[in-house]
Amino acid sequence: MALTGIEIFKLLPKTNCKKCGFPTCLAFAMKVAQGQVDIEQCPEISEEIKAKLKEASTPPIRGFFFGSSSTKIKIGEELVLFRHEKKFFNPTVLAFEIKDTDSNIDLLIDEVLNSSIERVGQTLKIDAIFLKNQSGKVDIFLQALDKILDKAPDLPLIFGTLKPDVAVAAVEKTKDIRPILSEANSENINEMAEIAKKYNIPLVVRDKGIEKVMALLETARSKGIQDLIIDTKPETAKEILINNTLIRRAALKKGMKVLGYPIITFANRDDDFYETIIASLAVLKYSSIVVLSSIPKWKNLVLFTLRQNIYSDPQVPMQVKQGIYKVGEPDGNSPLMITTNFALTYFLVKGEIENSKIPTWLAIMDCDGLSVLTAWAAGKFSASKIAEFIKESGIEERLNHRELIIPGYVAMLKAAIEDKLQGWKVIVGTKEASGIPAFLKNYMKSKALV
Amino acid sequence: MNFSIPKETYAGIIPEIVFGKGKKAYFGGQSALPFHFFEGHFPHKPLIAFEIQDQIPEDYPEELAKTYSSVWDDTLRWARFCESLGAQAIALRLTSTHPDSRDSKPEEAADKVKKLLSEIDLPLIILGSNHTEKDADVLPIVADASRGYNCIIGKAQEGNYKTVVASAMAGGHFLIAMSDLDVNLAKQLNILITQMGFPREKIIIDPMCSALGYGFEYTYSVMERIRIAGILQGDSMLCLPMVADVGFYVWKTKETQASESDIPEWGSLHERALMWEAVTACSFLLSGADLLIMRHPEAVKIVNRFMNDLFS
Repeated sequence: MALTGIEIFKLLPKTNCKKCGFPTCLAFAMKVAQGQVDIEQCPEISEEIKAKLKEASTPPIRGFFFGSSSTKIKIGEELVLFRHEKKFFNPTVLAFEIKDTDSNIDLLIDEVLNSSIERVGQTLKIDAIFLKNQSGKVDIFLQALDKILDKAPDLPLIFGTLKPDVAVAAVEKTKDIRPILSEANSENINEMAEIAKKYNIPLVVRDKGIEKVMALLETARSKGIQDLIIDTKPETAKEILINNTLIRRAALKKGMKVLGYPIITFANRDDDFYETIIASLAVLKYSSIVVLSSIPKWKNLVLFTLRQNIYSDPQVPMQVKQGIYKVGEPDGNSPLMITTNFALTYFLVKGEIENSKIPTWLAIMDCDGLSVLTAWAAGKFSASKIAEFIKESGIEERLNHRELIIPGYVAMLKAAIEDKLQGWKVIVGTKEASGIPAFLKNYMKSKALV
Repeated sequence: MNFSIPKETYAGIIPEIVFGKGKKAYFGGQSALPFHFFEGHFPHKPLIAFEIQDQIPEDYPEELAKTYSSVWDDTLRWARFCESLGAQAIALRLTSTHPDSRDSKPEEAADKVKKLLSEIDLPLIILGSNHTEKDADVLPIVADASRGYNCIIGKAQEGNYKTVVASAMAGGHFLIAMSDLDVNLAKQLNILITQMGFPREKIIIDPMCSALGYGFEYTYSVMERIRIAGILQGDSMLCLPMVADVGFYVWKTKETQASESDIPEWGSLHERALMWEAVTACSFLLSGADLLIMRHPEAVKIVNRFMNDLFS
């Protein structure tokens, strides 16, 4: 666990000698706690205390990269059990398993390369290939690997093999992309650890249950391997949930370094639906890598969305880009509504407009992701800013009318907006999104009468 | 190597809910965070209730219509169909009472509830149309019509809780109390409800549900926070079972409706739609939901498999 500034201060000489470049020991301690200054800058501190501080400042769960310099992915370094306590940091890697015996490897690689989907401004995709040495043979594994390297030379890779000779041959070919080696078990731990050490690559350590895997982790650590990944061979959802929870809890709450590593989960199940559920459980509950046996588009969309949601920062409201959005196929006579760019607001309003079945222009204004009332209170959803946004959006050219529907909560802005938006009429809409379908129906009826 | 399991010390137990008259259904009663079998006692699996409506649904997309269109014009037939699918409880949503829908009368709703209760043996959850004012008119009448049947009724919200709570109390029912995605609002509403003399052990918290991709992480974290505050920190006003009204939110999303020809990169609609519901539901089980209200029978099957796997 990282120490606070005060805790570090207690370990310092408290002489305020200024040799570190700071006026007081306390000021220095605060900077060290923030990670802005190295403790080494204090000339008075003992080696023993230095070691203690170093130990305390290493993350409780180790983080590291794999992949090439341009495609590298970080895993691990998580700090909490529940996302509201801070956030989940390094999103679960979704890896697609290809067997070296598969007959259509080229097509499978294409599936990975074509997996990206845009969602709320982010590009989401299958991140890595888990190449499994089903054949048990070196040459077949290398043939499959060549196909991957040919199509995707720096895609992050995980090698699934129990054989040290296969591992060495594959790693020799991929020195630039730092692959993960999976797996070391009680039979091959010594050879696999040697390879992981020699090539400086992360190693998956696998045995049934936490106690057994701990013994293997100790062995690997004693050989100087730092970048380890845990697999407790869970078979049921219950085992995944409990093992992952206990490993993270032990690492974070009990400071157990031997369990302070990322977790890999093999979600492969007999049917795609259930595999999606198991993968979801692993994403929600602490797995850093999830291996999938198939990647149809519907499944990717589900898992990408879940991962995006759960790894979002609870402190930062999810935002939608400013702009005029079409709901349905609106034309020059369709209504124009405006609201803020808080993602929840946007989703609710858009959903209710869809429910109304009335094509509508939806103006989403950048208010730093605040909801309507909060944005108004913060001066971000004001009459002048709304007027400016509407003028600059170019929506006027697409409309045959000049009517703007504003959220009911900011009814007080009506006159001020009309004042600043010459020729426009402002209509006050509903306070809650749920009232939108009824409101729009009435609104369209009243326009038809005129 | 020796691994001593790092256990939490708990300060509360979730009240056990047993509802229904003939056939009964159960949930709650656990003494630890969701499925932490190594440090607590879990007498019941979470419960899934099948949602039905009191009229032909106005907004069921194709994937649901395929399953229910042959039965949905008759509430009783619809309920029997769900029973044949293995439903352990039914959630009847009185959508026709909504002013924007048919604005049907409370008495009409009460008649339907009575008929359902007399013909069907399954435990019943009775939900208004989610129109605060209209629910305050409808729920007292239906709560009275179902007196003695030991139902769950809802939802009581800030704007109507006095009437709804009084009617649940008079009818001897359990109560769903809904607030807007906030731990403190949930707590405050429960305090107000118990101050009226309604027993704490008969409240089910609805922290407000959402669908995957549409505010999902808010519901997920609020549920986790409510459960932690209740069971770990011992806040009795939050140490209560929770409901996730999953189907209602999931089947509004574009992901359950857009065809593959509309959005090719989203893939096959059938799988996507029912997994949108299944994954949303399974996730909320992990964040603390004890009762799920769901729509698609295939999604329910998958969630049941997940629960059995967790309880293996």
